[in-house]
Amino acid sequence: MLLEVRHIHTRYGKVGCLEGVSLSVKEGEIVALLGANGAGKTTTLKTISGLIHPAAGKIFFKEKPIDALLPEEIVRLGIAHAPEGRKIFQKLDVLENLELGAFIRLDKSEIQRDIEEIYQLFPILKKRMKQKAGTLSGGEQQMLAIGRALMSQPSLLLLDEPSLGLAPIYVSAIFQMIQKINKLGKTILLVEQNAHMALKIAHRAYVLETGRIALEGKASDLVNEPSVKNAYLGGS
Amino acid sequence: MSAALNLFLNQLLNGLTIGMVYALIALGYTMVYGVIGLINFAHGEVFMVGAYLALTAIWLAASFFPGIPFGLTLLFLILFSMAGASILGALIEKIAYRPLRRSPKLTALITSIGVSFFLQNAVMLIYGSKEQSIPDIVPMTRLKIGAISVSLIQILIFSVSIGLMFFLTWFVKNTKTGKAMRAVSENPEAAQLVGISPNRIIAATFILGSALAAVGGSLFALNYGSINFHDGYLAGLKAFTAAVFGGIGSIPGAMVGGILLGVFEGLGAGYISSEWKDVFAFLLLGAVLLFKPSGIMGNNVSEKV
Repeated sequence: MLLEVRHIHTRYGKVGCLEGVSLSVKEGEIVALLGANGAGKTTTLKTISGLIHPAAGKIFFKEKPIDALLPEEIVRLGIAHAPEGRKIFQKLDVLENLELGAFIRLDKSEIQRDIEEIYQLFPILKKRMKQKAGTLSGGEQQMLAIGRALMSQPSLLLLDEPSLGLAPIYVSAIFQMIQKINKLGKTILLVEQNAHMALKIAHRAYVLETGRIALEGKASDLVNEPSVKNAYLGGS
Repeated sequence: MSAALNLFLNQLLNGLTIGMVYALIALGYTMVYGVIGLINFAHGEVFMVGAYLALTAIWLAASFFPGIPFGLTLLFLILFSMAGASILGALIEKIAYRPLRRSPKLTALITSIGVSFFLQNAVMLIYGSKEQSIPDIVPMTRLKIGAISVSLIQILIFSVSIGLMFFLTWFVKNTKTGKAMRAVSENPEAAQLVGISPNRIIAATFILGSALAAVGGSLFALNYGSINFHDGYLAGLKAFTAAVFGGIGSIPGAMVGGILLGVFEGLGAGYISSEWKDVFAFLLLGAVLLFKPSGIMGNNVSEKV
């Protein structure tokens, strides 16, 4: 098991509190974490990447406990978090954002090669490399956020709502990209509002309801689950 | 050349000289504000300690290496002062501000005033409350350029200050630490997610700012020939004014703000009254806060969601 979250509880604000969430992610998987607003999806990711410390419960990454570590330590172990709202460095240019993504690395020439690889994945970023990141469109900023996360050479990528606020043409492109990144060998834990698209590309999924896991299973099974259909897939 | 032009040029020169020193101090205010949003009122005291460290270095050089060329003494005193002030800056951050990182901004602000009093009194206890005179290590030669006469120390102040400003600009733009500083300044959480430790970057910012203030203090002491334990108060307040004038948080703003404030003060002293010199700085602060609170180079961008 690459990531194992065991019964975590958080005391963080009123919305999105976790009350005993357990989930696991195997190497090579895309796992989707679905649920309504305020169910605790973002809180779960923040707890994994260390931005929030759980009040109870344990988190293991590659069999090692990580729940007491700081975010800057967790990223060194191989977990990269592309946070909700993208949180790219708006006043820095695109290239600087990617360089900072590789902050924990010292292998200069390989960093250069990886930046070229990101440019191949997202050619628009190459065109915009000298532009301030704040001037990019929403879709481009999302690509940059994913690119920046990839620059730390993670084995696990946490993606929080990558499709949120994007123009429809970008939505399917982003999901295709996620699948492509997964095929390149990255394990992905994906938080999404767009359950329809998420279940299409995920291997397995969990459904969060008010801080608890309400359902879990293979993505192909969950698509046909009546409760999931009604609540998250528009009842169709 | 007419006497009027002569007066103007000489006052301009004096203003530029002190403006360089203000700029060096203002950079520390603006950088610390940039990364943690704190007005570090103890920063003026770091400048003052820097001046005393320079004096100490002159004493050390005179007793251990009597008769060395003044250039070497100069180099030694600047490096000594920078090193000492950097350590002081790192300690202030670690002892006084780090424990307050999650407290309201006002708590840290009041603490900085406490640190400022502490440093003033510590220096008074160590060096005495009387003004200390700085030995004249730099030759008093003056260069005549047309009608204006420039002292060697003034040339030194210009070249060192401008050199440091170019260095700082390059550092923040191009080095890994500089980029990390900008990242922490914009979004500490996102910075952590790429592996940057905000605490380290904040410490680095204090170290850098303190080193620059120490250079300012050393040059100030050499230029004015004496130093007192409360000299940091007014200089710090004026440099803070300069930082606000330029746009707090903006590095080029602090440079331009410091230099302009010095010029404003120099011309005011020359044309109105030198006794009113200090008033001009605070008139300027009042005017800036009234008409352009974001400063001449401050960015007024509202938070984007």
